[in-house]
Amino acid sequence: MKISTKWLSDYVKLDIPANELAEKIERTAVEVDDVSCLASGLKKIVVGYTQHVSAHPQSDHLHICKVDVGEDKPLQIICGAPNIAADKKVIVALPNSRIADNVKIKRGKLRGELSEGMICSLQEIGFSENVVPKEFADGIYFLPDDAVVGKPVFDYLGMNENIIDLDVTPNRADMLSMRGTAYELAAIYDKKLTLKHPKVVEEGDTVGHYVIPSADSKLASTYLMRVITGLKVKPSPMWLQKRLWNAGIRPTNNLVDVTNYILLDYGQPLHSFDYDKISGKNVEVRLAQSQEKIKTLDEKERVLRPTDIVIADEKGPIALAGTMGGLRTAVTDSTTTVVLESAVFNPSLVRKTARYHNLHSEASMRFERGINHATVEEALDAAAQLIAKLGDGKVAEGIAAATKEEVHSVSVSIGSKKINDVLGTKISAAEIKNIFERLDFKVDMNSADKFTVEIPPHRWDISIPADLIEEVARIYGYDNLPATLPKGELTPGLYTYKQKVIRATKRLLEETGLTQAISYGLTTHEKAGQFMMEPSAATELAFPMSSDRTTIRMNLISGLLDDVAYNTARKVKNVALYEQGRVFYREEENERPREVEHVAAALTGLYAAGSWQYPKQPVDFFLVKGIVQHLLDSLGVKHIQFKAATGHEEMHPGRTADIYAGDTFLGFLGEVHPNICKEYSIDRTYVFELDLQKVIDLPKEQEVYVSVSKYPEITRDVALAVSKEIENSAIVDFINENGGKHLVNIELFDVYEGEHIAHNKKSLAYKMTYQDQSRTLSDEEVTEEFERVMKKIETKFDAVIR
Amino acid sequence: MSQICEKVKGMSLVDLKERLNDLKKKALAEITETEDLKKVNDLRVKLLGKKGPITEILRGMRDLSSEQRPQIGSFANTVRDDLTQAIAQRREKLEIIKTAKKLEKEKIDVTLPGAAVKAGQPHIIEQVISQIEKLFLGMGYQIVDGPEIEEDHYNFEMMNLPKDHPARDMQDTFYINDQILMRTQTSPVQARTMEKHDFSKGPLKMISPGKVYRRDTDDATHSHQFHQVEGLVIDKHVTMADLKGTLQAVAKTIFGESREIRLRPSYFPFTEPSVEVDVSCFKCDGKGCAVCKQSGWIEVLGAGMVHPNVLKMAGIDADVYGGFAFGLGPDRFAMLKYGVDDIREFYLNDMRFLTQFSQKG
Ligand SMILES: [Zn+2]
Repeated sequence: MKISTKWLSDYVKLDIPANELAEKIERTAVEVDDVSCLASGLKKIVVGYTQHVSAHPQSDHLHICKVDVGEDKPLQIICGAPNIAADKKVIVALPNSRIADNVKIKRGKLRGELSEGMICSLQEIGFSENVVPKEFADGIYFLPDDAVVGKPVFDYLGMNENIIDLDVTPNRADMLSMRGTAYELAAIYDKKLTLKHPKVVEEGDTVGHYVIPSADSKLASTYLMRVITGLKVKPSPMWLQKRLWNAGIRPTNNLVDVTNYILLDYGQPLHSFDYDKISGKNVEVRLAQSQEKIKTLDEKERVLRPTDIVIADEKGPIALAGTMGGLRTAVTDSTTTVVLESAVFNPSLVRKTARYHNLHSEASMRFERGINHATVEEALDAAAQLIAKLGDGKVAEGIAAATKEEVHSVSVSIGSKKINDVLGTKISAAEIKNIFERLDFKVDMNSADKFTVEIPPHRWDISIPADLIEEVARIYGYDNLPATLPKGELTPGLYTYKQKVIRATKRLLEETGLTQAISYGLTTHEKAGQFMMEPSAATELAFPMSSDRTTIRMNLISGLLDDVAYNTARKVKNVALYEQGRVFYREEENERPREVEHVAAALTGLYAAGSWQYPKQPVDFFLVKGIVQHLLDSLGVKHIQFKAATGHEEMHPGRTADIYAGDTFLGFLGEVHPNICKEYSIDRTYVFELDLQKVIDLPKEQEVYVSVSKYPEITRDVALAVSKEIENSAIVDFINENGGKHLVNIELFDVYEGEHIAHNKKSLAYKMTYQDQSRTLSDEEVTEEFERVMKKIETKFDAVIR
Repeated sequence: MSQICEKVKGMSLVDLKERLNDLKKKALAEITETEDLKKVNDLRVKLLGKKGPITEILRGMRDLSSEQRPQIGSFANTVRDDLTQAIAQRREKLEIIKTAKKLEKEKIDVTLPGAAVKAGQPHIIEQVISQIEKLFLGMGYQIVDGPEIEEDHYNFEMMNLPKDHPARDMQDTFYINDQILMRTQTSPVQARTMEKHDFSKGPLKMISPGKVYRRDTDDATHSHQFHQVEGLVIDKHVTMADLKGTLQAVAKTIFGESREIRLRPSYFPFTEPSVEVDVSCFKCDGKGCAVCKQSGWIEVLGAGMVHPNVLKMAGIDADVYGGFAFGLGPDRFAMLKYGVDDIREFYLNDMRFLTQFSQKG
């Protein structure tokens, strides 16, 4: 809502600089988008009179103009506007003037002819394209004949007015009008308000002679019509045009302009019908029938729904209530009799219509957010009176009312204790009363602590005590509130176990060199279903914005691979990222998915870049396995097992392992399948993904300190030649089970295939450590335990001890 | 040395003393000249050993009287002590030199690059959220998580936004179906928590951090996915002044100790009164700059006193209980704090972006 401080001063005298006023509004009522003045920064732009216009000898579209600017001699100005004409008052930018966008105008030559300035269009001096009257849209502007040659143009065009552009919140729709804003400012500054009220002069037939409206009060709680006859359509006077364009509305003609003017002044949307095009006298406000059609003012044929309110005559709909009129009954240049409508339409139905037909307008916005029910008739009167005056017409006698709601003020009770309790202040009852009275609320002080506050209809946003508390708070000033902390009972602030595990997981992975990524949860249908750890139905958006974001993820890896791809495309070759977040699994029969906390990582390139001194360390399976092992060990997960897994479609079948804690499947790790890497345009990449919820749900074992043995360790090294098919874990498990009671550790220290060993065999070398808690072991007993298990291994795995 | 030894027989006391003095002089010179630790050791054996020159000279004592013998004996001991000490000193000195030489050889160019010791690091949005979490844990708040895919009921209706409310803009929401949507705010977590909270066990003080989604086209300042931390306190005597004090603590924690806040009226359906909260510009300290658009203030969050309808819908007696709520955007905080000018950077995860921020908070 663009507020002209000049217009405002008709209602409340403030004498406050616009910037200061804007700041105050922002701190007390609603946000301010902008404070502006069209004339600011412009200079030496004056009224000129085109004495003579002749064609430029060197051009087919330029003209040489002799322009009187009130100096001794007329200026010669070359003008290219198609509508240039002699004997007109025009906008002249003198030599050394400044026009819009900080452009300087200088004396110069145009195709050999001297040009001493420029004749301007409204756009050239800073008007928005949207407010320039259509007839001047493509050319220069003609000022009214009474404009004085040589005087600055700014006052004639209303360019000296300060405009404050309010960003009105949905609850303060009362400020979507000049009068509403005037009420607000009168309250803020504790000033008197002077609002003029219209007096209608009625002549001729009664309104019933022309139109008989009917309405369902659920659709239109008030529906009023007036008729104005004998009209001439013409441009509006300058004062009205200025008010409109300063408010961001393009002047059109006297009929249209008045309805827009009243909309701005009262916040009351109006609609005018051309009486001669309405079929019959009866006009009905009703719901549209299914498949009923209307051609609206924008010349679009619209198929209506039974939730659209229409105004209909005998032939069918002539307007979509509160949103847009119909083309059939639209006023035109030849209209002489107007039926003017002022009404209150059902807000939620108007909202539905505006949304469905994409017809959001100044009118629909006001109906949706509410209008002042007390001024529906006054606005109609003001509009009828002004239309008659500007169109040389007559207002028919009376108002045709289909419905008319009785408007009462609302009473809300509140006490000063309650107000102070909520705000944490000590505002006196007298001060509170004063604030209410400034707001034009009537206060009945039953006792020092109980007010009955009567809310006038122009503040329909206020209906409960909390609303009144807000009024007191903002007028009293938020700066005056103290700053304290809640007192109340003390409560512990603690992370839950789940929150702790999640946060620990993140920090542990960062220690291992992984950096946290946050990827998009919405992805393509295909990626959402990759790298799945359990079967799940996809959860899709009903109306996605793009094909890249249609489905909510069921894995984290695909998002990380997008990140790897983004890095790869930008020549970042070494990537080590993890992500902790949710995946969304859905059982077919459920509408909402289960949200499960996962953690995943993706690594490619070098883990350690290497340097002049240290070797490079490329990412490989065992590095990632080590990271997983470190994470799970640190989280206290016991009985961790890695089992070769060939079932993951998107993974390398020979380089993938499923991860278990005992029998619980936690996730998987390995190398991404080369075909998938190709799809993502990434190099060889290793990943893991874990169901963190399962880790959280594992039984929590109490950790007990085990004392460190004081007695020496004895070790035995052994190399076993076994078939390539035999897995390390099988041998380790077997040795652990059969190694004797003093075996405390077994560690693989070498794997060898190649020379000196059969081609289908490999050599695995282990270091076995023996120790006792309470004494020093003898060599003999260790040897005995060691040899016993070695014998068993020879037969079990067909192993050869080397 | 062998020359010295040959001539020791049949000497007088004076001769013997002279000889010993002569020996000492020569030996000291020899010790001082020795540059090798091993040779110093050899000298010690030769000079002070049982077959050494002093012993040899003392054999010449036979011819001396019993009064003179102790004299020459004690003189010889002094010489021996002097030599022992000289050798020890020499050895010490040579050892110092030896160590110095060794260290000299071990000298390195300390300006060569160090090993690339590198841990990963948390995302800056995580860092911002974590700072906020710690602040509120310290003030006795619990941290509550909730579903990202929500029911319309919790996301909107319980927040005093019935279906046809003008403030409810369909365009902004990703719907799964009529009733299910991607949450547009983390306030549904508050609605769910309020419903369950047992006020006989004390006040409700919570924050709910997490991801939210809006039906927006991604550009430098909009993202269809971003984060929110919403806070809520419900108790018998919670005031708007408490809200102001709490938000002041947030501003100081995130943007620096000298920051101030100011409240401006605003509108949210779930609070009444509602305020927009500005923090004094940390770039220019309130003087006016490009970051704060010359105003000295930056809008950072929205807040207000919980609307009685919200309490009622959650089954809380609005006549007895009241409270405040606030919502802030870690993405916006991080953008302001670190001068990130494109919100998409947070979700594209360029390694060079993610790893450039320190972890000092
Ligand atoms: Zn600044």
